[in-house]
Amino acid sequence: MSALQDQVLLRTPLYALHQELGAKLVPFAGYEMPVQYPPGILKEHLHTRAAAGLFDVSHMGQLRIKGADAAKRIEALVPGDIQALKAGRMRYTQFTDERGGILDDLMITRFDDHLFVVVNAACKQADTDHLRKYLGASVESLDDRALIALQGPRAAAVLARHAPDAAAMAFMSGAYLKVAGMACFVTRSGYTGEDGYEISCPVADAEKLARKLLAEPDVMAIGLGARDSLRLEAGLCLYGHDIDTSTTPVEAALSWSISKRRRAEGGFPGAAILQQQWRDGPKRLRVGIRPEGRAPAREGTELADAAGAGVGKITSGGFGPSVNGPVAMGYVVAAQAKPGTPVQAIVRGKPLAARVATLPFTPHRYHRAG
Amino acid sequence: MADRKFSKEHEWIEVESGIATIGVTDYAQGQLGDVVFVELPEIGRKVKKGEAVAVVESVKAASEVFAPVSGEVTAVNKAIADDPAKVNAEAEKAAWFFKVKLADQGELKALMDRAAYDAFLKTLS
Repeated sequence: MSALQDQVLLRTPLYALHQELGAKLVPFAGYEMPVQYPPGILKEHLHTRAAAGLFDVSHMGQLRIKGADAAKRIEALVPGDIQALKAGRMRYTQFTDERGGILDDLMITRFDDHLFVVVNAACKQADTDHLRKYLGASVESLDDRALIALQGPRAAAVLARHAPDAAAMAFMSGAYLKVAGMACFVTRSGYTGEDGYEISCPVADAEKLARKLLAEPDVMAIGLGARDSLRLEAGLCLYGHDIDTSTTPVEAALSWSISKRRRAEGGFPGAAILQQQWRDGPKRLRVGIRPEGRAPAREGTELADAAGAGVGKITSGGFGPSVNGPVAMGYVVAAQAKPGTPVQAIVRGKPLAARVATLPFTPHRYHRAG
Repeated sequence: MADRKFSKEHEWIEVESGIATIGVTDYAQGQLGDVVFVELPEIGRKVKKGEAVAVVESVKAASEVFAPVSGEVTAVNKAIADDPAKVNAEAEKAAWFFKVKLADQGELKALMDRAAYDAFLKTLS
């Protein structure tokens, strides 16, 4: 036991349920969170891709920003095109700093008189302060809400039994719905590469809602371990690992999240730096890395070219259960960023053959409006 | 069957005719979670007690397997490199990692017997 562990860990409203389910709880972003349940990461991961998984993501920050002009005002802090969103539509974007670095990544759903914002757990206090500094009292921190993600190909059928209107929702949209009679804010979105939902509900209803969904035969409780392997296979960034203040959205291969108008107009912190990177090309890029053997290449692994010269570093890496092999992502110099480029991953002092790979490793299976 | 001994690093060791068979304990595989990769030492390698000799990786993380005794590696269990999940299923049975020709029988005295190891595990939770 070290003195560092004396820090008091917070618990989500589902803590007692996690314990009851036999979860292994670990400290994560100041919370005691389930890293896995008795089936283990491999089975939890594969179950999510095959049926549906329920994730407690109540540690994440939920905010409401009031005002009909909130979409316009928040654009001073993010490069995403929030004004282009129709009511009920959702977008992925980033808070940038003056150097174009990423302070956090976030989801914004737009409504006529407010925005619904979800940010990372580790950044939520800083994000709230940041938003309040620029947007003032219109920023409301929703600490009385839990967040439950339901992900996987069966998620839609499962949720439809408790919230019929959820079935018709488009991917990347949000709506205030009753789920099993409880007042929720539901978005069709997620962090696994699968179709699915994130359900924001009052703290008091969280356990009841989770139990209702877990009672469905298709639904298994999934821990943070599988959440990480699922998002890695899906090529999605983990803040603090794949993106941080030292990486810009351009280098992080997130330019897709920035519209033509915002690229041209700028008007967000660090815009001039991003515009220069679009013009001249970034010096380095986030790419997928596929080791050719069975050995995983993990975060921090150095990457070298055939001659042994350093070309970059892995920022997330591990074993992809659906790929059934090692997968990773990281940054390489722009000249080495083309998919198929051979690189060496230096694992325990030995060079392992790997290749730059196209992300995602497992195809996204998001819901397309029919 | 020879007596089995255990290390605080959660290796088990069984000695027969001066050859030690070494694996990881059931407790260790449980802590690791689903094992997806195993790296074994080269045959003929001289290892010192406490030296990292093999690597075992789960979905979560990489861990090292230490030599609980000094000696020369005489065999490795290729079956677990081919099917790492065996480490979860048969940690204290068929999923041994490597064999070492003992350099110093005296080193065995520092290891725990089953009862002492079980008592040690109770101090960990």
